Amino acid sequence: MNTPNNKGYAGIEAKVKASLKRRQREETRFRLFGIGAVLVALALVASLFGTILSKGLPSFWQSTFVLDVHFDPEVVQIGPKPVLEAGEAPAQFNERDLAWQMELGFVDFNQLLINALTKHIPAAADSPRDAMALITSGEHFALRDRVVADPSIIGKTLRLNLLADANVDVWLKGNIDRSLPDDRQQLSAQTREWADKLSADGVIKNKFSTAIFLNPDSRSSLAAAGLAGAFMGSLMMMMIVILLAVPIGVASAIYLEEFAPKNWITDLIEVNINNLAAVPSIVFGLLGAAVFILWFKLPISAPIVGGLVLTLMTLPTVIIATRSTLKAIPPSIREAALGVGASKVQATMHHVLPLAIPGILTATIIGVAQALGETAPLLLIGMSAFVSSIPATPFDQSTALPVQIFLWQGNELRNFFEGRTSAAIIVLLALMLTLNSLAIWLRRRYETRW
Amino acid sequence: MNMTQTLNVPMSTSGSSVKTDSGQLPAGNASTNIKLSASDVRVFYGQAEALHGVSLDIVKNEVMAFIGPSGCGKSTFLRSFNRMNDTVAGARVTGKITVDGRDIYDPSVDVVLLRAQVGMVFQKPNPFPKSIYENVAYGARLHGLAANKSDMDEVVESSLRRAGLWEEVKDRLEAPGTGLSGGQQQRLCIARAVAVSPDVILMDEPCSALDPIATSIIEELITELKKNYTIVIVTHNMQQAARCSDRTTFFHLGDLVEIGDTAQIFTNPQQKRTEDYITGRYG
Repeated sequence: MNTPNNKGYAGIEAKVKASLKRRQREETRFRLFGIGAVLVALALVASLFGTILSKGLPSFWQSTFVLDVHFDPEVVQIGPKPVLEAGEAPAQFNERDLAWQMELGFVDFNQLLINALTKHIPAAADSPRDAMALITSGEHFALRDRVVADPSIIGKTLRLNLLADANVDVWLKGNIDRSLPDDRQQLSAQTREWADKLSADGVIKNKFSTAIFLNPDSRSSLAAAGLAGAFMGSLMMMMIVILLAVPIGVASAIYLEEFAPKNWITDLIEVNINNLAAVPSIVFGLLGAAVFILWFKLPISAPIVGGLVLTLMTLPTVIIATRSTLKAIPPSIREAALGVGASKVQATMHHVLPLAIPGILTATIIGVAQALGETAPLLLIGMSAFVSSIPATPFDQSTALPVQIFLWQGNELRNFFEGRTSAAIIVLLALMLTLNSLAIWLRRRYETRW
Repeated sequence: MNMTQTLNVPMSTSGSSVKTDSGQLPAGNASTNIKLSASDVRVFYGQAEALHGVSLDIVKNEVMAFIGPSGCGKSTFLRSFNRMNDTVAGARVTGKITVDGRDIYDPSVDVVLLRAQVGMVFQKPNPFPKSIYENVAYGARLHGLAANKSDMDEVVESSLRRAGLWEEVKDRLEAPGTGLSGGQQQRLCIARAVAVSPDVILMDEPCSALDPIATSIIEELITELKKNYTIVIVTHNMQQAARCSDRTTFFHLGDLVEIGDTAQIFTNPQQKRTEDYITGRYG
């Protein structure tokens, strides 16, 4: 109090100055804490991305043979695939077809590869086992598929890119200690020597490989293991989530927020939705296993079940976020519409909903991105199985990107799959980044109207 | 409390008693001219009674002002005339309100039609975040008042003219309504209300968010609109009530305290509470 017998204004000023100093110190301290927190967070993010990118990016480039493969007619002794002739009984055709397939099975396509390698390493023919360890085992099937697709290549020589074996890739990239003794190396001494020689000769090149994008997972031909199956599985599940969770969630939110009477039933529903959003996702997996697989008899490990489970998991998020968006629309807009004689539905559809669309889009993308990254519930409905094919429909066996990451990081060939895992993470992050950019773009588009 | 209760009752019909001389309908108006009529209207928000049995009549083409301190129930009462209280959770209206003799709380009444007939302008200008044209055309389109584009153009133009906004916006009808100044926005809202051809316009403190110049424009507009519409205006501004209304009703704590010709209310109030309020002793 500035009582008259005080030292007057000067006394007050001194007091204020003293407190001002203290306040400024507090402010500076607070700002420093804030900057520190942001810096720590940025450093963590940078180290995370740094690790993932430095490990994952090299995996998109794989040791690849550039070989001239001669489709020697001596080795490939097979006629063209039989076709059904006019008047031929189906049974008869099947018999011919089976015989042809058996014949095809006996063709030694590995011999073609050994012949091709012999041109560069003459000793290859003498120890074919060591030679075949150079090229990943799936490639002789690739040769077979070429012959089946186009029998006219028999007798010709084609320059082909063939993936090196995963262990050769590891050896050449230095992802294994080269000084380890033979009994702890994954390749024989002979194979390692050849790999180094071929690499030096330019036969093995480090080339960008599409295998990781185009192939499904593989255990027999590790170098060719890819994400296509998991990617398709994730894509199908996302489609199901978007098609189901968004309309149901948005409609529920609109009803609850705009139309539902406020009574104990709606209160109960609201409490339940809020609680559902907090339920651990693995519980939704159990629910999915019990309801969709055991009760509805839907196939195990199928994207349809995964999509339904993720839909259940995403619904509360979409509903809550949409409701809060609707809550934020000023009531004056509703009053304005009702005031000129719009019905409640018209006021909602013409005015409230268009204003809420940016928020709803954000809610949707957050929900879908969360679903895309979810692993736990998928483990319980069999989606962690090893699936070596790309699903064609949501009812086919499949896995998902995060589950694929989980499976790969547990693979016993650590020094090859560490990079593969990071590469898969990069693909997943890229997908999420695309989704988020899409959300931002859509939001901007709708917001810039006014 | 008791005193006001006795005061409220006799308001409902034109030929009524003792203390209502000042509340009588303007001379020359027969009871058939009654546009809006309320009798014993009570509004509840949950358990709380916000309006304690109000009765009054409003005749065609008059401007009725509702004045009173905050929380006196004047806005609540106003919003009962086009059933905007329906949108408030827990709000309940009892008593009888008629528009052209028809009970608007009758279950057979379509609230959408009612709101076309009884338009409303709100306290805060609330144009839709759409173009000026769309703002005005929206209601007319909803009710199918224009058969084609040229009809609609006409509706939009005449409505904007009536709201005194046409000259200012005729070159930028596609510009967003939210980009106008506050006063222009409020006139746009009036144009929007006018576009659906109402008989009655309810105005809930239409100038409370506007500066004096915009306010005076709106006041002039009210005088102009009176020729075609019955206007009920809620205001905190007593000068405004004095300037632009024919009759004034004073509310206090949910009671109708006094109703009468505006000149009489402001120069010769019959009630102590009215006098205290208009002389600024409270409120």
